[in-house]
Amino acid sequence: MSWTAWNNDQIAARIAHDIPDGSYVNLGIGRPEAVANHIPEGKEIVFQSENGFLGMGPAAKDNEIDWEVINAGKKPVTAVPGASIFHHADSFAMIRGGHLDVCVLGGFQVGRNGDLANWSTGEPDALPAVGGAMDLGVGARNVFVLMTHTTKTGEPKLVEKITYPATAIRAVTTVYTDLAVIDITPAGPLVRDIIEGMSLEELQAKTGTKLLTN
Amino acid sequence: MIDKRIASVEEAVADVQDGATVLVSGFGGAGSPIDLLHALLDQGAKELTIVSNNAGNGQIGIAALVAADRVAKIICSFPRSSQSEVFTEAYRAGRIELETVPQGTLAERIRAAGAGLPAFYTPTSAGTPLEDGKDVRYFNGVRHVLEHALHGDVALVKAQNGDRWGNLTYHMTQRNFGPIMCTAAKKAIVQVNHVVGLGELEPDNVVTPGIYVDRLVHVPEPLSETDLLKNNVRRTPQ
Repeated sequence: MSWTAWNNDQIAARIAHDIPDGSYVNLGIGRPEAVANHIPEGKEIVFQSENGFLGMGPAAKDNEIDWEVINAGKKPVTAVPGASIFHHADSFAMIRGGHLDVCVLGGFQVGRNGDLANWSTGEPDALPAVGGAMDLGVGARNVFVLMTHTTKTGEPKLVEKITYPATAIRAVTTVYTDLAVIDITPAGPLVRDIIEGMSLEELQAKTGTKLLTN
Repeated sequence: MIDKRIASVEEAVADVQDGATVLVSGFGGAGSPIDLLHALLDQGAKELTIVSNNAGNGQIGIAALVAADRVAKIICSFPRSSQSEVFTEAYRAGRIELETVPQGTLAERIRAAGAGLPAFYTPTSAGTPLEDGKDVRYFNGVRHVLEHALHGDVALVKAQNGDRWGNLTYHMTQRNFGPIMCTAAKKAIVQVNHVVGLGELEPDNVVTPGIYVDRLVHVPEPLSETDLLKNNVRRTPQ
């Protein structure tokens, strides 16, 4: 059988489908931002932005733009009715203190034990820039990682043990890739779903660690 | 009589010393005290340690201080951005020291300084390269890292409204690091869009109580980072 990998919007839509109604959610900068565009009608999700904003709304347009109202990606956004603002230490107390139901982060690598690498490739001339990723990794109750299953050159990103510098240890709950949804369980990575037309063997061949199935 | 109002940004930063640690509010353009930063550039203090979320954009604000060789060290969480060439070049040339701190740890270190706490344990960065050289301790089986309070000699902060006692309110995400930086510096210097009469700010709405503020400057039309970047402004000492 043939298969077509999901695009980023399809992965984002799957995550949006899986986030329970009433959740408080932080979306990482970049690919995870797309999740906000796919929340199903009728679900009430409150978005947190780590610069101190709960109830962040869609991007601001034209005369809505106020450069003192921005998201973590530093783009102008709107506030939904019921929004609140707080300072940075409170924002990270909220994150670190386990109050967020879900955060969605990008990933370079995820280890079979849930270790996450997403802030540095460890190259000698790389500028060390971490932002809030380490706090989100340890703090959110559920850490979803949205990433492609392999690198551009075909290297697996779900691996036995991460080789890039760690962002957080045993942090990841579920990995959402363009090929599969995989829960990180105490026993290891457990396949929940595979895209249409792909076999478990094909998925395993693109994965750097032994996958489990129910 | 308490009156913390200062007539100009120049006077407000006149006594910042060489070697000072300067806490700078702002996240992106929101809450960035560009007018105070440019006054500090013109004032000439050097060998500064800058504490801020980012390491400057374009050739304005913190980046203008870096370009003028006034900054010995930056403590921040995210020194990389689409317009952070000035810092990147100085860092790669070895002209500036960088301490990268996870964003929440940076905020909590500043909060701790203002709250009289010398240090705290946090799970953030445990098991990562950023715990290297720090004390580690397990609580309930979870690895934690000891982080120390981060004090400033000076804080440069932007807020929306202030009165002569230094009570402040902020506009939306402009708030970011402002409230905690005011508490953590020996001298908190604040630029506000509006100066209001004592009693005009509802006690329920005051975010930074005046006790934390030392100097208040009225800057009715503050420079906008967004506009300066759009126009490729290169701010040099004047």
